[in-house]
Amino acid sequence: MRLPSLKTNVDSNQSVVVTKQKLTQKSFVTNLGDYLMEKLFLVLGTLAIFILLLIVGFLFREGSDAIREVGISEFIFGQSWYPSSSDPRYGALPFIISSVMVTVGALLLAVPWGIFTAIFISEIAPKRLKEMLKPVVEVFAIFPSVVLGFIALIVISPIVANVFNLSNGLTAITASVILSVMALPTIISIAEDSLNSVPSDFKEGAYALGATKWEVIKDISLPAAKSGIIAAVMLGFGRAVGETMTVLMAAGNAIDMPVQQLLGLTIPDFLTSVRTLTANIAIEGSDVAWGSLHYSALFVVGMILFVITFIVNLIADLLINRQRGALRND
Amino acid sequence: MAIKEAEPIQIDVREQFQPYFEGDVKKVFQVEELSLWYGSNQALKDISFDIKEKQVTAIIGPSGCGKSTFLKTLNRMVELNTNVKTSGSIVYHDIDIFDPSVNLVELRSAIGMVFQKPNPFAKSIFDNVAFGPKIHGVRNKKKLKEVVESSLKRVGLWDEVKDRLNESALSLSGGQQQRLCIARCLAVEPEVILMDEPTSALDPISSAKIEHLIEELKELYSIVVVTHNMQQAARISDHTAFFLHGELIEYNRTDRMFSNPQDQRTKDYVSGRFG
Repeated sequence: MRLPSLKTNVDSNQSVVVTKQKLTQKSFVTNLGDYLMEKLFLVLGTLAIFILLLIVGFLFREGSDAIREVGISEFIFGQSWYPSSSDPRYGALPFIISSVMVTVGALLLAVPWGIFTAIFISEIAPKRLKEMLKPVVEVFAIFPSVVLGFIALIVISPIVANVFNLSNGLTAITASVILSVMALPTIISIAEDSLNSVPSDFKEGAYALGATKWEVIKDISLPAAKSGIIAAVMLGFGRAVGETMTVLMAAGNAIDMPVQQLLGLTIPDFLTSVRTLTANIAIEGSDVAWGSLHYSALFVVGMILFVITFIVNLIADLLINRQRGALRND
Repeated sequence: MAIKEAEPIQIDVREQFQPYFEGDVKKVFQVEELSLWYGSNQALKDISFDIKEKQVTAIIGPSGCGKSTFLKTLNRMVELNTNVKTSGSIVYHDIDIFDPSVNLVELRSAIGMVFQKPNPFAKSIFDNVAFGPKIHGVRNKKKLKEVVESSLKRVGLWDEVKDRLNESALSLSGGQQQRLCIARCLAVEPEVILMDEPTSALDPISSAKIEHLIEELKELYSIVVVTHNMQQAARISDHTAFFLHGELIEYNRTDRMFSNPQDQRTKDYVSGRFG
């Protein structure tokens, strides 16, 4: 039996013609819309990158005077910073060492602490507690830095002074402690995300082989989440090394080399007052004569900070990519 | 033709088919009145039957009938879900596996498991197989190499991967990954292997290889395999259990189950009328 056609009145040849027309038809409005959207994204995207490049270019241009006059090696290896002296010195080494000390000190505290907390939230905490902890941790990431600096000044520094028997509690270690608290939420949040995204297949496979919870965490979850955890540490580093207000308030800002002699070795002294690269720019930037050598020298300090963060990010990127390359699915 | 509502049959399945089960085949699991709840939702209802040693036992049934849950209960993997409650017992080597004194690490190394979707770790092929022995304390490099080689040989993967043991396991094909997962399970020297639809994510040729492997492995291991595929159950298993809505409807020798099912519901299912 023949089925009745649904389009009884339409000539089949005609419908083919209509289909052909539809296939080749182009709407001017749709095309224009597409064109404009594409260009809009292109312009916004390039503009953002262009502005960033412009800032870097500006930094280097403004700093070039001081580099030419003082020399880059004086900046990196010089140990005294006397910009207002009749015989000015522009050795930024104390600031570089201070920045590295304060940041590394903060990460030494924050990374293990943060990763353990992330493991606890992601793998151990019961579901209800987990749902409560995650947002609480994230709220701490938006804590104003000046408040934390004030806490360092009022609470942490007297404790440091007491414990280590110092006359002044505003030291590198005070800054490290408060910076680690600042970096913690970032580290916990990103590390927890990456632990959470480890497929449960992997964990089940390990449990089925008789692995204990700790073995699953150590041998399966942590390695699988490695790139995310490296990213978390790097973001924590960025937060700590670029932080200004808190260290300005907590670290004491002395411009001497923060080192001591121990058994003939020069080692960093965490119990002394330090001034970081960021703090130095903030302190001196406000009252420097525009266009002077000192002004240009502060841009060089900014350049050094930029180069440090750039190198660390680059290394992190390489580590993450190398790991992806080793385990790519092809 | 309408499907007739099956009459509920109130008989002890084991008693009825006792004659078929007599002989010198030993039991590896003795499941007694096992019930299981996810929260307030009962997933298994009063399951009782024996699983034979060094035989392939297939568990069939439609989706959501509790067959995977039952399988995961045998090595207590089901407890990874929250809010699981069980009653009844599963006796393994004269010990109830739900006994508080049971060491889960030892239980799961004696009762290995292969999953539906191949789930090799994001590690090298070698490390995947060596993972089990390592967590159970094998540190000797030479011993590890031997275990990896013999496990891979047993699943027929050695010749395919022996030159790239350090490559990522994720670079293998799906069928190779599943055989790797079986090798990983064999490396801890289990007694029982539980397989949860081990071929459902694989192409027909890889599935055939796994089926062939299962037939070889039953010489040495007791195998319980959950499958969606009744032809597969008929091909590879010695005994078949049919689950429906969390209940064990029928348990019998596979040939009898498919040629002469005793329960109307089994008859309908194996003849393809539902499921």
